[in-house]
Amino acid sequence: MDITLNHYLAVAAILFAIGLMGVIMRRNLLIIYMSLEMMLQAANLTFVAFSRFNCANDTNGAIDGQVFVFFVITVAAAEVAVGLALIVALYRLKRTTQVQDLTTLKF
Amino acid sequence: MDIAWFLLIAPLVATIAILLHLHRKPDMAIFASVGSASLCFLIALAVAFGGIPEPAPFEWISLPGWTVDIGMIFDPLSKGMLLIVTGIGLLIHIYSIGYMSHDPGRGRFFGGLSIFMFSMTGIVLADNLIMLFLFWEGVGLSSYLLIGFWYEKESAAQAANKAFVCNRLADFGFMVGILTFWFLMGTVSVRPGVLAPLYKENALPQKGSIINQVEIVTTQADSYASQHGVVATPVLLTIMVVGLFLGCVGKSAMFPLHVWLPDAMEGPTPVSALIHAATMVAAGVYMLCRVYPLLLLSPAGLFIIACIGCLTAIFAALIAVQQNDIKRILAYSTLSQLGYMVMAVGCGGPDAAMFHLTTHAFFKALLFLAAGSVIHALNDEQDIWKMGGLYNKIPLTFWTFAIGMLALIGCPPFAGFFSKDYVLSIAYAYGPFFYLVGVITAFLTAFYMTRLVVVAFLGKARTPAAEHPHESPRVMTIPLIILSVLSFTGGFIGIKPVFHGWSVDVLASTGLLGVTSPAAEPGIFLEMVVPAAVVALGVILAYFLYSDVAADPLEIKILADKFYFDEFYDRSIVGGQQLAARFLNWIDSWILDGLIIRGAAYVSVGVGELFRLLQTGSLQGYAFLFTLGSIVLIYFTLFH
Repeated sequence: MDITLNHYLAVAAILFAIGLMGVIMRRNLLIIYMSLEMMLQAANLTFVAFSRFNCANDTNGAIDGQVFVFFVITVAAAEVAVGLALIVALYRLKRTTQVQDLTTLKF
Repeated sequence: MDIAWFLLIAPLVATIAILLHLHRKPDMAIFASVGSASLCFLIALAVAFGGIPEPAPFEWISLPGWTVDIGMIFDPLSKGMLLIVTGIGLLIHIYSIGYMSHDPGRGRFFGGLSIFMFSMTGIVLADNLIMLFLFWEGVGLSSYLLIGFWYEKESAAQAANKAFVCNRLADFGFMVGILTFWFLMGTVSVRPGVLAPLYKENALPQKGSIINQVEIVTTQADSYASQHGVVATPVLLTIMVVGLFLGCVGKSAMFPLHVWLPDAMEGPTPVSALIHAATMVAAGVYMLCRVYPLLLLSPAGLFIIACIGCLTAIFAALIAVQQNDIKRILAYSTLSQLGYMVMAVGCGGPDAAMFHLTTHAFFKALLFLAAGSVIHALNDEQDIWKMGGLYNKIPLTFWTFAIGMLALIGCPPFAGFFSKDYVLSIAYAYGPFFYLVGVITAFLTAFYMTRLVVVAFLGKARTPAAEHPHESPRVMTIPLIILSVLSFTGGFIGIKPVFHGWSVDVLASTGLLGVTSPAAEPGIFLEMVVPAAVVALGVILAYFLYSDVAADPLEIKILADKFYFDEFYDRSIVGGQQLAARFLNWIDSWILDGLIIRGAAYVSVGVGELFRLLQTGSLQGYAFLFTLGSIVLIYFTLFH
């Protein structure tokens, strides 16, 4: 069986959906954060897939998508640093990382 | 540059120097102020007798088709007034050196005097009404500053405000008059040569009393009115004349707005003498004489002027009979005499008005300065019932005051006798009623002035302070002596022919000379004998009533309370204004601040409160809604 673009997109979609479900349903901030990363990787996968299948014969923009993935990974790494620092700070303040306890915005 | 400009420049430079720096150095300020006043007087002498020509006017405001100049008029009217202003101004500057010698704020005081000299000279010389109005406001300012000179005194600050508000009120009418004049004639110049052609186009009506004379004047061809097809009807001309007269009503404290002048006595006495007796309050009369050819355009306006003058004369004299403050008696006397002058203008005798203005400036300045000397001698005592027996303790002050009093009541051969009789003869020619009121006022004047002299100077001392007064220093008594000489001789020295000649010139230039000559001459009996007789009667009556009494034998409450004018204005105008102010305050705090400004704030707060209910505080709830929203958006962008 040939592996086509749609297979990759399907995997990416499944990854994205799992990540989204994690973000929406899990209670632990760290897990939510990991799920968020999973959604990012789904997006990265579609980048690479499109780059590989649609632009293989395009001499100018052949690896644009793949290069972009590096940027996403880099920025995501920076985000992780900031995000984890925030979570640690939050934990020090509230002694919890459970989202159901963090409802200061509620009226 | 013409030397005449220094009449304005010298006091202006002194003012600026004192304002910027010298008010902290009183001696330097006095030097600058008195120096500039002396320079002004010297130039005025040169202008009056040395034949300095009028300086060329220069353009001040230039609009398409209309320019306003800064220029000077030198004619007998302005020369005479200039000599009065600068001469008496200089004497009072010198007197003030002595009178104010103990006041720490005297630098500021002399600065105020210099502003006054600058503005008053400008009024006298102004060749158009816009320039005159500018300086008119200048004397208003200096009057405000000097009445409120002792501003830490509540009553002085209030009096200054009152004077300023009354004058502003009247100046509004003055401005209406000036603008109507410009609207109808296309000019604001008051040069007789410019005013004269206004009469050329109309045929003068028949001879008769002045009331029925000039009826219709065609407007000037290039004026705004004629370009818009407006004809100068008698109503418009009367509005113009009454408007111009309103300026005089404020400045010369005529009947409805007279209330500020007695209160203005809160200022230092030299100020009362210079500004509120001799010169500034006479500026209104001077202005009326200056625009006299215009006043002739409206007989109804002249009639109003005569009536107001006549009313003020008798009404102020009545009040003066029951006052106890030496300066207030003199203030009401000033009102009464100004009433005489305005009545003379209204009755068709501007030369009589100017003649009386001149002699009045001499003797009223003298009376105020002598009163100041008394006040100085008694350490600021102004109640005449706390004086008494001063005649042999401060003889110089007493004799000069007596000369001023004799001149004021019109005792022959003092100055007031000639000028008052001239005014009365003009009034007789206009209407016997005005003559009658004038004679009654002369009687009242003699009565209250004799009362003042008898109570304050004769008899025995009533208080310990009055037993040991000290005569004023020479710097104060020398101006008194000079003014006494002028008050004695003022009637002889040919002022009357000067002003009469000027008046004839003006009337001749307007073609009205023949028709405005008095319809009836009173004759020597009515002109001289009757006034002299009533004056003698007033003096004798007051002398026997008031010699050697401890308290006032007459108690006329309505006169002592000044006909309740202050109370009436307090209730009606001040009260009404308070009511209006409260209403506006209510609108401001409830409609503007409440409904509009705070209302807008409350609406946004309310909407915020409403939407606040949507906030659950659940992070994942937000994420879910966010995802849902994204899906809906994608759905609509992709599949529609």
